Amino acid sequence: MRFLASLRSTAAVLFRGSAVAQEMNEEQVAHIQHRADDLERTGLGRAEAERRARIEFGGRERYREQSHEAMGGHFLQTLLQDVRFSLRVLRKSPGFTLTAMLTLALAIGANAVVFAVLNGLILRPLDVPRNESLYGLEHPDDHMGYESYPNYIDLRDRNQSFESLTGFDVVQAGLDTGGTAQSSWVLMASGNYFDSLGIHPYLGRVFHAGDEHGLNSAPYIVLSYAFWHSRFNGDRSIVGRVVELNKHPYTIIGVAQPGFHGILLFFSPDMFVPLVDTPELNSEFDLTTRGLNWIFEIAGHLKPGVTPAQATADLNAIAAELSKTYPADDGGKLFKLARPSLYGDFLGAPMRGFLTALMLLALLILLAACSNLGSLFAARAADRSREVALRLTLGSSRSRILRQLLTEATLIALAGGAQGLAFAVAILRRLSMWQPFPQFPVHVPVHPDAKVYLVALGLALVSGFLFGIVPVRQVMRTNPYEMVKQGASGARGGRMTVRDTLLGVQIAICAVLVTASLVAVRGLVRSLHANFGFDPHHVLLAEVELGMAGYEGGRVAPMQRRMLDAMASVPGVEQVASINWPPLDLGVNSWNVYRNDAADFKPSSAAAIAFYYNVSPGYFAAAGTTLLAGRDFTWADDGKAPLVAVVNREFARKLFGTDTNAVGQSFQLVEGNAVKHIRVVGLVEDGKYLRISEEAQPAAFVPLAQDPITQTYLVVRSRGEQQAMAAAVRNKLRGLDDALPVYLETWSEAMDSALFPSRVATVALGILGLMGSMLSITGIFGMAAYSVSKRLKELGIRMALGAQRREILRAALSRATKLLVFGSLAGLGLGILASRVLAFLVYQANPRDPLVLAGAVLAMALLGLVATWIPAQRALAIDPLVLLREE
Amino acid sequence: MPDQAQLLPGTLDLLILKAVSLGPLHGYGVLLRIGQISGQALLVEQGALYPALFRLVRQGLLKASWGTSENNRKAKFYELTAAGRKRLREETQDWNRLANAVAAALGARPEEV
Repeated sequence: MRFLASLRSTAAVLFRGSAVAQEMNEEQVAHIQHRADDLERTGLGRAEAERRARIEFGGRERYREQSHEAMGGHFLQTLLQDVRFSLRVLRKSPGFTLTAMLTLALAIGANAVVFAVLNGLILRPLDVPRNESLYGLEHPDDHMGYESYPNYIDLRDRNQSFESLTGFDVVQAGLDTGGTAQSSWVLMASGNYFDSLGIHPYLGRVFHAGDEHGLNSAPYIVLSYAFWHSRFNGDRSIVGRVVELNKHPYTIIGVAQPGFHGILLFFSPDMFVPLVDTPELNSEFDLTTRGLNWIFEIAGHLKPGVTPAQATADLNAIAAELSKTYPADDGGKLFKLARPSLYGDFLGAPMRGFLTALMLLALLILLAACSNLGSLFAARAADRSREVALRLTLGSSRSRILRQLLTEATLIALAGGAQGLAFAVAILRRLSMWQPFPQFPVHVPVHPDAKVYLVALGLALVSGFLFGIVPVRQVMRTNPYEMVKQGASGARGGRMTVRDTLLGVQIAICAVLVTASLVAVRGLVRSLHANFGFDPHHVLLAEVELGMAGYEGGRVAPMQRRMLDAMASVPGVEQVASINWPPLDLGVNSWNVYRNDAADFKPSSAAAIAFYYNVSPGYFAAAGTTLLAGRDFTWADDGKAPLVAVVNREFARKLFGTDTNAVGQSFQLVEGNAVKHIRVVGLVEDGKYLRISEEAQPAAFVPLAQDPITQTYLVVRSRGEQQAMAAAVRNKLRGLDDALPVYLETWSEAMDSALFPSRVATVALGILGLMGSMLSITGIFGMAAYSVSKRLKELGIRMALGAQRREILRAALSRATKLLVFGSLAGLGLGILASRVLAFLVYQANPRDPLVLAGAVLAMALLGLVATWIPAQRALAIDPLVLLREE
Repeated sequence: MPDQAQLLPGTLDLLILKAVSLGPLHGYGVLLRIGQISGQALLVEQGALYPALFRLVRQGLLKASWGTSENNRKAKFYELTAAGRKRLREETQDWNRLANAVAAALGARPEEV
């Protein structure tokens, strides 16, 4: 009851403010009238009676105010008053307001962007039902999840821990709906895929485990919702239609729910096709070879009550049995569970690391911004000490003054936060639309959600509070009488103030950021000049999808030969060759290789896991890879000739102990059930294969004719303009087969994916570094300018007494300089520690690099110079006469 | 009005509750009633009555409604709520205890100590 009455009263003041005021007025008037009636009865005239009644009543305005307060409208009305007053004050100093708001907008914006990315990629759960119990399998040694089909079946059927395990792989296939085939991305999914994930069709039906009856038995397509719209214009009659994939007939049976694009976060396939059809679409894969690990990932929901640890033990027990039964194929395999969305820890771990580091750096920026704004507020409060003192003497309470200052800070924080968020949302929209690699259906799902808005709001409020409370001590200590008596410039001590500490912290933070961004930039520059083991300049790569155009078996090799010959005849072409998958692209094949005397072919006793490539004769010349010893392949190295390979130095070191006499030696590997002996005929330099930041990796090249494969990249080295060459190459290939899907790009463009992480790191860190620098410039500038302006009089007297310019400068700027030096040193130390995190992404990230250290020191010195230049000029330009006259 | 006493802080609310407990009153009426029941001994500043009335309404001790006064004027009438009646009882007891204690203390003579 009582609570309700109170609520009603407060609500009345708030929502019916004018009505309440009017009612109050009426009541007061009624009172006065009644009093006047009484007075009239004592014999006064009406007019006189009313006058007396009004006087007796007292200050109506004051009582109305008190009544309002008594009704509970006090807090909010004071707040409104504070807001109005703050707005007026802030409007009066637009420079300060704008600087503060922009500073905060940048910092909040940066935080919102980084948090949204962290949220989108790491924190936000996968958009499938019951995502909390969904786990992917990976091998703890390399964090990859590849399995062969027989292994998948055994894992699926023998485990006790998962509701049902589903496996999938991704292939590229030519989709033909009448006309020419178009390359499209197909997720090959086990029959139980949709059922085990709990995904229902939007249209038609999805396939089920019961649809699979062995090899190539289920020619069905389930389209993704987005692809259905973009390719088939959302045509509902599409269900039941027969189309061709790599020239094989397939029936479209349904469309998946909108928004469902599998369980890989980045990857949006065009369609889903049963896994048993994979060999038909990619002849490298089969359903029977246990050693052929091609299924990309296996995932499933844990049964209720089963912990990940129990499931891991269960899987490892199965793996132990398998390796006992099939020692040649499955030696010592181990399993680990991880979230499937970022391919377990393979992408997940480095991304978590990098994004966490980035988030920390962004928070540091915000902290720097807060300390910047804090010292601005403190300086402002000092300048307003007269106003504060006056208000105190006039009877305002300290808490009321503080509340008003905090209101100012909060207003700035909210306005800055809103701006920052708007700017972040614009950037995030762009990022979400962005396809970093045009030929892959990869996107970055980082659109902002409620969590992002909340975090931005929270950060804005917290930072408003942080920089708002900096001047509190100052206000609490204000002695109004002293202040009014002696003026504002009286008190200044020689000791460290809060402001100095804040500035020192801010400079240190800035130095961390500058160091980190220099490390990243240096890494990127180095990576551009690094030796990749090939020369990507002046080279076009033509990815030719022979499989999609229906080339199979014996027709593949002659076509490859014809294409190479055709390329060689294009004017301007210097060298031409083919490779199955160029180095520093998105992926690479690898082998377990064994020494020549090995008799035990368990994977665990392999001498090395080596990358391998199928190349045509002339590849090394076309790619610009230096042949150190031995010979290149010739067309005579075919299926009838002895098996040969060209290896790199790391391969030779791993297998033969030395790289000096590798040529002529042999090694072994297992393919299917056959052991192959391969003789090394050439030695090439080491290169980069998967990542620019990788250590030297063993790699081998085998002749195309000894290991036929449809996947073909033509490597065309030419003089002359690449655009024109691309057109010529495309024409030539059309001339051979106009239904052949071809994807052309320069090798430098193709390497974008390999350079992508370090580029992103560099850009992100560079932006943060720039922001940090800007903040510390304004911070140092503010501090130096303020201290010069506060000491104008003192400096003027010194000058009048004959002080030299140098002494004046020292007096004016020594504190700022000291802070700069100590702050920078502290920041540099921290930066060196922080940069270790970058080692994974950045090529040869080494913060102790003298160039980086020198660069950071130079940058900080420059920042200091820029920031103190104007205040120094001002100090030097002091005219003591003018100054003394003015005071 | 030379003999009017100043109110002790906090007693205004109690007096208003008492005045209203004798029957619904408008603001000016409350004032007159307090004068009447205190034998014109207690002075209430006229305007100061209203913040107190609003406070009591907010605490749920009084409720207000518009009506017509004996002078045939529109006026806002206040009456006690159940909570107000209870509060008046408690405060009256407290006041009496206090007054008795103070009276006893002030009436003490040297020989009783």
